[in-house]
Amino acid sequence: MTNEALQILISEWFPNPEFEIKSESVDIDREEKESEIEESVNPSLLEFTEEGSQFLNVLVKPENLHELMNKLKINSETSLDYLFCLTGVDWGAELGIVYHLESTKHRHNIVVKVKTKDRDNPTFDSVCDLWRTAEFHEREVFDFFGINFNNHPNLKRLFLTPEWDGFPLRKDYVDEINMVIK
Amino acid sequence: MQETATLNNSFKSEEYFINMGPQHPATHGVLRLLLTIDGEIIKKVEPDLGYIHRSIEKMCERDSYQQIVHLTDRMDYLSSHINNEAVCLTVENALELEIPDRVKVIRTIIGELTRIASHCLWWGVMGMDVGALTTYFYGFRDREMINDIFEETCGARLTMNYNVPGGLMWDIHPNFIKRVKEFIVHFKTKIPEYDKLLTGNVIFQKRTKGVGVLSKEDAISFGVSGPVARGSGYSCDVRKYHPYSALDKVTFNEVLETDGDTFARYNVRIKELWESLSIIEQLIDNIPEGEHRVKTNAVIKLPKGEFYQKVETARGELGVYIISTGTKNPYRMKFRSPGFSNLSALNHMAVGGKIGDLVATMATLDLVIPDIDR
Repeated sequence: MTNEALQILISEWFPNPEFEIKSESVDIDREEKESEIEESVNPSLLEFTEEGSQFLNVLVKPENLHELMNKLKINSETSLDYLFCLTGVDWGAELGIVYHLESTKHRHNIVVKVKTKDRDNPTFDSVCDLWRTAEFHEREVFDFFGINFNNHPNLKRLFLTPEWDGFPLRKDYVDEINMVIK
Repeated sequence: MQETATLNNSFKSEEYFINMGPQHPATHGVLRLLLTIDGEIIKKVEPDLGYIHRSIEKMCERDSYQQIVHLTDRMDYLSSHINNEAVCLTVENALELEIPDRVKVIRTIIGELTRIASHCLWWGVMGMDVGALTTYFYGFRDREMINDIFEETCGARLTMNYNVPGGLMWDIHPNFIKRVKEFIVHFKTKIPEYDKLLTGNVIFQKRTKGVGVLSKEDAISFGVSGPVARGSGYSCDVRKYHPYSALDKVTFNEVLETDGDTFARYNVRIKELWESLSIIEQLIDNIPEGEHRVKTNAVIKLPKGEFYQKVETARGELGVYIISTGTKNPYRMKFRSPGFSNLSALNHMAVGGKIGDLVATMATLDLVIPDIDR
């Protein structure tokens, strides 16, 4: 599937309720305002972009993450069954995860991103039940970013010792002894 | 008779923990496995990682792109050239640099030589793990020839650092082509020896057939790649699906086995030796003339954006993921290492088997611990 076709298909799974209400209420002067609404309100709860990346990027809200991932995997048209990379990222104000997915049947790719502003107790749903490779990768993210995963079978530090203080790959991590600041 | 034996048996069956590693010859590095066993039967394998974690990803955030290349061959040191290539390709693609054909061909030849050297070492150690010590010497003898070629051209034998963003550190040594050809002639007579010595050995086959079975569906779910996945019939060769450097100019077969056991994974690697030789043969007489390097700025700044590049190392799919904000350092750098995902399937493959089977299974996973620990 091309990126455009993927985007059309996936965006329909998560319609934005606000978009429907607004488009109904402005029936009278529809023609004038329709273009305006389309710009301001996204028809889908997902945000798509291809800018600055060779893949199609989807930004999803944490509460929709697991449902989206499940659909991406089981839908026969997307069939994204191979999670080849799971990356934790600290964007400064936000913490998040980047999932790189590939379909072994159709050979198309998609990148799913999820972000949260909660730096004290960031939590996402685990995707271990969909891709078993996520079990190790999520433990690595927990270890280095302090991101928690709901329903993870064995969430504990993977590389560091249990008593380690802080999360080293966060941008605000300080370790005066072990880190050389250039 | 049997009844009395049961009556007199005062031993209880009980689960207990045992440590395998971090100093254990079969773990090939500092990997600690926490085994839960009942008698000789494995109930659970839990890897304990991080003994040599250097946090390369964090170091990358402070390093320039030229410096990062040098860190990557300390990950999977047996595929050092291919690791370097992965970072260089990512940077070159991001900068949209036009790389000379000469560079692409040389990179592919050395990449395949690296793969052969890695598989030679694996084959030697594989035999040793299951009790055939002789293979170790045979494997290292042939690997030595490749290391000599590397030493002459790259100046180093293991962590070569031959790639730089934009091309190669320097041109190939005048002897390079001659010595590679000599190696091909030599090695073609040696692979049948490997088969005679180990592949056809009855004891070896009994140790490996039906051991550590991984189905195709599980292989995909665990994100397994490389020869391990291809032993389960999962077609995933990055060289076929996302060809890089000169790999789109050569013809070769992707080796697939369907049994998914230790013996299948073993066979995949042995057959890959032939395929790698074939790739080198197709390229070695046709190295185009030209520059060995294009000029880049002394300070490389990638444009703002995200860049992903995957390559096929001797162990499987290595992914390099760079998030750039337009400065001279990456904002976030992630290495998706093949060994890490392959290791995650170990528990699934080993449960229900014996400790000796675990050693055989681990031998065909071909783990390199710095690749897992990064």
